[in-house]
Amino acid sequence: MTDKNNLIVYCEYEDGKIADVSLELLTKGRQLANTLGVKLEAVVVGDKLQGIEKEIFKYGADTVYKAEDKKLYPYTSNPHASVLINLFKEIKPQICLMGATCIGRDLGPRVSSALHSGLTADCTALEIGPHKDPKTGKEYENLLYQIRPAFGGNIVATIVNPDCRPQMATVREGVMKKQIHDENHKGQVVNLDVKKYVKPEDFIVEILDRHIEKSKINIKNSPIIVAGGYGMGSKENFEILHDLANVLGAEVGASRAAVDAGFAEHDRQIGQTGVTVRPKLYIACGISGQIQHIAGMQDSAMVISINNDPDAPINTIADYVITGNVEDIVPKIIKYYKKNSK
Amino acid sequence: MGLNIVVLAKQVPDTRNVGKDAMKEDGTINRAALPAIFNPEDLNALEQALRLKDANPGSTVTLLTMGLPRASEIIREAIFRGADGGIVLTDRALGGADTLATSYSLAQAIKKIGNFDIIIGGRQAIDGDTAQVGPQIAEKLGIPQVTYAEEILDLGKGHVTVKRRLENGVETVKAPLPCVVTVNGSAAECRPRNAMRVMKYKFACSPSEMANKEERIKEIIEKRPELQIKEWSAADVDADPAQIGLPGSPTKVKNIVNVVFTAKENLRLEDNDEALENLIKDLIANHTIG
Repeated sequence: MTDKNNLIVYCEYEDGKIADVSLELLTKGRQLANTLGVKLEAVVVGDKLQGIEKEIFKYGADTVYKAEDKKLYPYTSNPHASVLINLFKEIKPQICLMGATCIGRDLGPRVSSALHSGLTADCTALEIGPHKDPKTGKEYENLLYQIRPAFGGNIVATIVNPDCRPQMATVREGVMKKQIHDENHKGQVVNLDVKKYVKPEDFIVEILDRHIEKSKINIKNSPIIVAGGYGMGSKENFEILHDLANVLGAEVGASRAAVDAGFAEHDRQIGQTGVTVRPKLYIACGISGQIQHIAGMQDSAMVISINNDPDAPINTIADYVITGNVEDIVPKIIKYYKKNSK
Repeated sequence: MGLNIVVLAKQVPDTRNVGKDAMKEDGTINRAALPAIFNPEDLNALEQALRLKDANPGSTVTLLTMGLPRASEIIREAIFRGADGGIVLTDRALGGADTLATSYSLAQAIKKIGNFDIIIGGRQAIDGDTAQVGPQIAEKLGIPQVTYAEEILDLGKGHVTVKRRLENGVETVKAPLPCVVTVNGSAAECRPRNAMRVMKYKFACSPSEMANKEERIKEIIEKRPELQIKEWSAADVDADPAQIGLPGSPTKVKNIVNVVFTAKENLRLEDNDEALENLIKDLIANHTIG
């Protein structure tokens, strides 16, 4: 069975811009569509979408479906779900990708439930490959392998949706790489008649108040990250990491355990349930290195681990292991950096 | 006016303590081999439900969970903290379900409960971290959903006002009842057990558990319906066998691998001034820093 239906990416839209995670998925989607020999499509739902296709085409989309209406922004679940459900019934995509954001994780399940299609959350890799059902022996070509950690990151599972379409997956921001396909790539724009897709009764949840702030913390794009774990002991002790980060021009990151303990803000969390980072230098301070943390930083070009436990799991993937107390070593690094950098 | 509140909860393996026998050969989780806990965000959901009950006298809080018969443990725990009772949806035929088959089964159970004003659950469970079952149940029941809830601010005249915690901020929304609300871990912590309730409800148990009780205790439970945790099968909730369990799951686990990171060769330093200074000099020289 070869499926020649297309691959579609739901593009999130905020402040006149397509979200980074959606551009990352368009980049991945372009590769997968090439492997399958099908078109890459995008759907964007919101208000004031004039010209938004220009940004999407650069990432390789062949078709952009636009559902534009004042009431479709800001996002609410039912109207956006209705656009996707009704559009997918028409165009029958074989694959649909969404960001694993507050929006994608609210929208994806609703759409998958209505279409009775499988959805896999928080994939860390997407590939195309064959599958043979172990019970029936039925063989499938070109299924989407939805690869995700499970069980607190202790295992990685490959999930397939053999029979239901679309095969749906969400992916966190930063997991895939964003890359312009072709500045001059052009495709087709399809303006959807919103009234045909959304019923008045879909506008059922009312937004009374909204305070959205662009986070000032940008660990994803920082070339150097100083990250702290539960071993830092307290929020106060985290201050020396901020001192080091200031000196090096770095950002401060944190493990899940440190965030859960209140040592650092949620936006700083690195790992499977936080942000995936690939800095040129990652300094891990008092981080034991649970699998779910390592998964979010293992592609760092260089890792320095500072830990008083010489056998901390993170040390196995570190280039330099400094055994000792973080509170003694970090001030020395600051001192020697200041002394030698001028 | 009393409300009928349904709390969705899950007994989950404590993923912080995963042993070798945690997975079965077919790639599904061997829950029986692991310590089982009350899913943390479902406790946050329970607290929101109990606050609604406190504010609306005459309300009832009913726990609904799907899992092994032993999942009655979390219902008893919820009763000790203030819930009125609960139902374990348990059946071999429900095993191996993905999120879609799970949400179908739970939606069927909610239809059997019938009279509900609001359904509250945790955002996600720590064994899968998918956050899918809440919205899928809402869709199956044809009602709205409010995800990422941090606080239920107000409930009245057929609607609920909820503060949501999003990646980059907060949003306050108003949704009509009935609806599904899923609660974040950033919401208020659940109240502890109440000693009086522990005394009063210590014999609360499900029919499976009752089988092993002494006659004297069985008699007490039979006389007091509030001690009877319900157990429903797939047939009890009129579930279509084609839509439940492994056969009813569109997603299939193709394979599972254990995570092993390839170890790098590394350079080890003690807390030694000279060694540290040399490292910093090297990093500056090769433009890693500075």
